[in-house]
Amino acid sequence: MIRLLKANQLITAGGLIVLLIFVVAVFAPLLAPYPADAGSATHPENALLAPSLTHLFGTDQVGRDVFSRVLYGARISPVIALVVLLLACAAGVPLGVAAGYFGGAADEVIMRVTDVFLAFPSLLLALAFVAVLPASLTVVTIAIAITWWPWYARLIRGQAASVAGRPYVEACRALGIPRWRILLRHVLPNSVTPLIVQVSLDAGGVILTISALSFLGLGAQDPVPEWGLMVAEGENYFTTGWWLVTFPGLAILITALAFNLLGDGLRDALDPRRLPAR
Amino acid sequence: MTRYVIRRVALALVVVTGVVILTFVIAGVVPGDPAATWAGPHASAAQVARARQYLGLNEPLPVRITRYFGGILTGDWGVSVHTHNPVLSDIGTAAPATIELVIAALIIGAAAGIPLGLAAARWPGSILDHVIRVGSVLGVSMPVFWLALILQLVFAQRLRMLPVAGQYDPNLMFSHPLVTRTQMPVVDSLISGNWPMLGSTLSHLILPALVVATYPAGVVARITRAQLLDTLGETHVQMVRSLGFPERTVVGTFAMKLAWNPVAAILALVFAYSLVNTFLVESIFDWPGLGSYAAASVATLDTPAIAGITLFVAIVYVALNLVVDLVQAALDPRIRLS
Repeated sequence: MIRLLKANQLITAGGLIVLLIFVVAVFAPLLAPYPADAGSATHPENALLAPSLTHLFGTDQVGRDVFSRVLYGARISPVIALVVLLLACAAGVPLGVAAGYFGGAADEVIMRVTDVFLAFPSLLLALAFVAVLPASLTVVTIAIAITWWPWYARLIRGQAASVAGRPYVEACRALGIPRWRILLRHVLPNSVTPLIVQVSLDAGGVILTISALSFLGLGAQDPVPEWGLMVAEGENYFTTGWWLVTFPGLAILITALAFNLLGDGLRDALDPRRLPAR
Repeated sequence: MTRYVIRRVALALVVVTGVVILTFVIAGVVPGDPAATWAGPHASAAQVARARQYLGLNEPLPVRITRYFGGILTGDWGVSVHTHNPVLSDIGTAAPATIELVIAALIIGAAAGIPLGLAAARWPGSILDHVIRVGSVLGVSMPVFWLALILQLVFAQRLRMLPVAGQYDPNLMFSHPLVTRTQMPVVDSLISGNWPMLGSTLSHLILPALVVATYPAGVVARITRAQLLDTLGETHVQMVRSLGFPERTVVGTFAMKLAWNPVAAILALVFAYSLVNTFLVESIFDWPGLGSYAAASVATLDTPAIAGITLFVAIVYVALNLVVDLVQAALDPRIRLS
């Protein structure tokens, strides 16, 4: 019980930060002191100002307010991460259920395909796709989803296979309930808990991947206030303007950390096997 | 055991075949019309058609895939657009520097992660445990390219404690020239007994290795802690405890014995992830390895080089996975008999 509470501390801390990030994303136009700076506005007379009360995080090489851009950044990678994970689940879950429930040749083929995809570290495969296609956030979204779906297919397959043999599923079959109904009403709900844990754990990794691709110039393009791109742009002015790199990078770190803490906490709280014996 | 080995090797071959097909798709199918790219933006329709003929794009897909496979097997991985060298020889030149960096990072990662995981599992639920847990999550949440820039600014440019970039001090080449044998500067200066150069190479290695080590350190600490907590509940560990062995020995010796296997396995897998992280870090530190090569290939839209590096890292990953599985099966009959 104490352990559950401890795990809940992680959920609370991670969950609160995640909530805060989405609040910032929604209300960015109200919170940002210079909303126009999130776009292509330029104020050359204000270029590279150090942090001050008028510009909390300083200004960038064309005079845009870094604080406003970091706030608007909450609308880019966290939202893309959500879309990526939805796409990955939309592809991975049905394939995983099919493989686990039907077994046989379908299982063999689907699992070998996931083996091939999982033979690449996720950033590598996404990078390879994005590098040969025109750089845009749509391409990034699809490329990362392509590298991430096999994890969900495997996770769900394991769950579905273990449920498929249980007496209550056999009973359903004996009652003549159609297959799709058994899958939807009895097999799938049993897989939801581990899926939620995995999605929240992966969100951090997806955000790191998006920002890494943008850092390499393969994702967002100026003037989009994407955090990884802001770090890359600040790199050239870094020796004189430490704030250009520091604040957008901190935003990436805090966002990834929040999702990972949330996922870790959820895993501890929802998985009874994780409770130690004493 | 023989049956297990055959099955496992066959599976690895199937996966590598799939990996080659996937890189073929990336190199030849995804980028729109390779013939148009080859012929350039102002080419006429006739020139594009000639390029298509020259590149063999008019032939049916199975023929093209077979030719691609043949090339991969015989060491013809295409020619890099930005270096004009064969991709495989470029990879061969760049790999040692990266392998040295990644191995240094894994050593740091294991040296930090294992004791931290042990300490956390020794006093579960304590403040120390919490700090270590959050620290390990911090390690896996770190944008490495950002950490690289921050450490470079603080330790190299502001405090001037460590060199900014490169593999060694070029001025030392006059007084203590480095004899290159392995292309790994630290190893080379060590085997030739070149102590001033060794000091220089080590000081240049510290920052990039620390940056690449954050992810392995976090993962290893996490796995070590989780494994130890799992085994601490088992009867044979309880028995050792009831026999009156000090808690230190119970955790550090008896419980840890069972945790070594998964920790070693995760280290092998983290190796591949760290290889990819060097793509983000090496160019910042001017480290002349695979990562810098990959970043340059991406910047110059060098499709053959990108496909080649992708294939190389994936094959390393599959091979490491295979070795880990085989070693584990040799040590643990439960794996090979299941």
